[in-house]
Amino acid sequence: MYNDTNTAQPAIQTHNLVKTFDTVVANDHVSFDVHKGEILALLGENGSGKTTLMNMLFGIYFPDSGEIEVGGKEVTIRSPKDAYDLGIGMVHQHFKLVDIFTAADNIVLGLDGNPVLNRKAYTQEIREISDRYGFGLDPEKKIYNMSVSEKQTVEIVKVLYRGAEILILDEPTAVLTPQETERLFVTLRNMRADGKAIVIITHKLHEVLAVSDRVHIMRKGKSIATVNTSETNQKELTEMMVGRSIDLKIDRPVCEGQCDRLKVEGLNCLTPDGVKALQDVCFNLKAGEILGVAGIAGSGQKELCEALAGLYPVASGQITFCDESGQETALVGKAPKEIRALGVNMAFVPEDRLGMGLVANMDMTDNVMLRYYDKGKGPFCDRKSSRALAEGLIEQLAIVTPGVSKPVRRMSGGNVQKVLLGREISSAPRVLIVAYPVRGLDINSSYTIYDLLNQQKQKGVAVLFIGEDLDVLLELADRIMVLCGGQVSGIVDAATTNKEAVGLLMTQFSTGETREEVSAG
Amino acid sequence: MDTFINFFNAAVLAGTPLLFGTLGEILTEKSGNLNLGVEGMMFMGALSGLAAVFLLEVGLGVEMSGIMAVLLAIIFAFLAGAFGAFLYSVLVVSLRTQQNVTGLALTIFGIGFGNFFGEFFGRNSPVGFVTISLSARQGFANLNIPLLSDIPILGPMLFNYNILVYLAVALAVGLAFFLNRTRWGLNLRAVGESPATADAASINVTRYKYLATCIGGGICGLGGMYISMVTTSGVWVHNSVQGFGWIAVALVIFATWSPSRAFIGALVFGGFTVMRFYLPLGIPMQIYDKFPYLATILVLIVTSIRQIKEHSPPAHVGVNYFREER
Repeated sequence: MYNDTNTAQPAIQTHNLVKTFDTVVANDHVSFDVHKGEILALLGENGSGKTTLMNMLFGIYFPDSGEIEVGGKEVTIRSPKDAYDLGIGMVHQHFKLVDIFTAADNIVLGLDGNPVLNRKAYTQEIREISDRYGFGLDPEKKIYNMSVSEKQTVEIVKVLYRGAEILILDEPTAVLTPQETERLFVTLRNMRADGKAIVIITHKLHEVLAVSDRVHIMRKGKSIATVNTSETNQKELTEMMVGRSIDLKIDRPVCEGQCDRLKVEGLNCLTPDGVKALQDVCFNLKAGEILGVAGIAGSGQKELCEALAGLYPVASGQITFCDESGQETALVGKAPKEIRALGVNMAFVPEDRLGMGLVANMDMTDNVMLRYYDKGKGPFCDRKSSRALAEGLIEQLAIVTPGVSKPVRRMSGGNVQKVLLGREISSAPRVLIVAYPVRGLDINSSYTIYDLLNQQKQKGVAVLFIGEDLDVLLELADRIMVLCGGQVSGIVDAATTNKEAVGLLMTQFSTGETREEVSAG
Repeated sequence: MDTFINFFNAAVLAGTPLLFGTLGEILTEKSGNLNLGVEGMMFMGALSGLAAVFLLEVGLGVEMSGIMAVLLAIIFAFLAGAFGAFLYSVLVVSLRTQQNVTGLALTIFGIGFGNFFGEFFGRNSPVGFVTISLSARQGFANLNIPLLSDIPILGPMLFNYNILVYLAVALAVGLAFFLNRTRWGLNLRAVGESPATADAASINVTRYKYLATCIGGGICGLGGMYISMVTTSGVWVHNSVQGFGWIAVALVIFATWSPSRAFIGALVFGGFTVMRFYLPLGIPMQIYDKFPYLATILVLIVTSIRQIKEHSPPAHVGVNYFREER
């Protein structure tokens, strides 16, 4: 299963790969290798060049210099087609699927063969692959009807259908629930037993330890080390990845004198199709606490955030804001701007990171100014103070950017998220709603953000934290509210509960049933 | 009954150039290029198809046979339309200019190209305008298919048109088959839906965009040639194509990017354009001209209410693709 790395020929090997974007060196003389029947974890912070490296192996980017060897022979990979011809397949972080096609059509896309499609034949072949590794995929299902984990399965089957011997998976677990992740690891181990070489990009340390044979660590575009997983531990890996020793424990300071800041009672929201997106949601959010929200993607998190911020129509129910003196204000029916004036701020990081909150093509100053556009004299904007604020954020949060006047889409995901969160915090909120603030972020940036949230909490801000990673929720939040199919399936004390209990609450009602139940009601 | 058959015939004849333009634009948009230059490419095709036959006849002093004239007109109209689309592709695909602006520029260029050379050749022609011989014109006359044309009602309704009508129908069927049943069609649709996906699936996005846009432009050119050869009977009429290209763009939406629905749409729109002659409603003529656009708006409303994903425009139409965009 696990070949001796010293004697066998590596399946793929790179020597001194270099790639630069503008003035940023994304990969600086990177060398690594992976063998057949091996799972190699590629570990590094955001912007450390993992994805750039893999994109070069897959022909999306072309290296400035350096060599790639496949099976001991030097190769030139100019396009994904070249990569497939060499048996290299990649499952991207953002799925590359055509929504309106069936799974089968997506899988055969771009292949050579008989000009007239024989749908029956390839659908059958795909079923066979699916059965062999236990994927349980329906080849005739349209992508837009699929859940995230089903889409990922399509991506993996696509790569296998093309006969790839070397599989690259870019952050495959970022979008999965713990149960789905475990299933993915089982199939990865099946493929390893089948003799495939697998590279998995991740920054979740426990996953690295659970699934990989070796770990290649990158930092700031450079190869740092390759270690055997069996001979290392979380602390050592973190130190190599970050370049210094950091404490992995997330703080959970206790705040005294918590009073209710936001009261939500019997909140119901409908989707445009008339299906209940939120059903009888009740909870209290206290000043000086972090209330974590857990749930499978699409369980009503987005609707909840937007309803609180006044962006989503509320069908029925009450949202009450209580200030320090105990005065209560009903938020339902108020314009988003009035709600914001009360100090209810939202930082929502959507899946594509830039969709809501920041304008990709605008620079940092202008994006900061979006919050303060109505400040300034008469019809004129006050750009100066926004610029000063942007520069302040860069320093405070260690944002890496070519400058405040460069479009934010040029920045890496982590830095974009820091801008978004920093902007919201700078307006001294009293309720801070953050959704997926560490989505796709590395450890270092994640901890900066956790610290920021804790600082806010200690200032007496009520924080609603919509999260994906249960480990983080359990350590950071004071209480965890679990959403399942738009309903609150439980609110638990984070200090005394465990991952399995929360996981169970997340799937308390099976999604199919809930949907029917809800649409009937 | 006779009135209905006449109306139907007129609708088919008026709908055919629209069908060419629509099919060409569907093929183009499936590659993610929103080419608003249909009008221009139709003008270019109209002039080139006609001028090719005219110049050869004048130059050699012969009268061309019908078949030769049809072939020559098809080839040159196609090449002219494809040439316009090629200019568009160079600008949009290779140089990544904004698609709407480039398409409008192509329209303006094409109209000028057609009208300028139409006048220019006409001035140097012995009769003072561009026209082709009677024998060449015969190639574009209605066919009389033995047996089929003689079937009562169905004969005159279906089997009594010029050859270009059948070419358009064959193209519609062919394009539907190409898009839905062939590997290249699947790949092309992927390019328009999600070029990054197509690219990762080792499809040459640039090549597909160029080919689909140029062939689509060529087909639009045929629509223009139909107007100069059939509608105006082989005579260059100033601004003869006016408006057809824009209706074709609207028809693409009407047909929700499906060649088979384009076929129905072209017939309906063709019917609208000739309706004033057959269905006098006692309303001003200009209102009749608005019917196609009203129908398009209705279709837009209905499709957006029904929200069938398959009826949506290609997801990346109008957006240029650059692989290393971050």
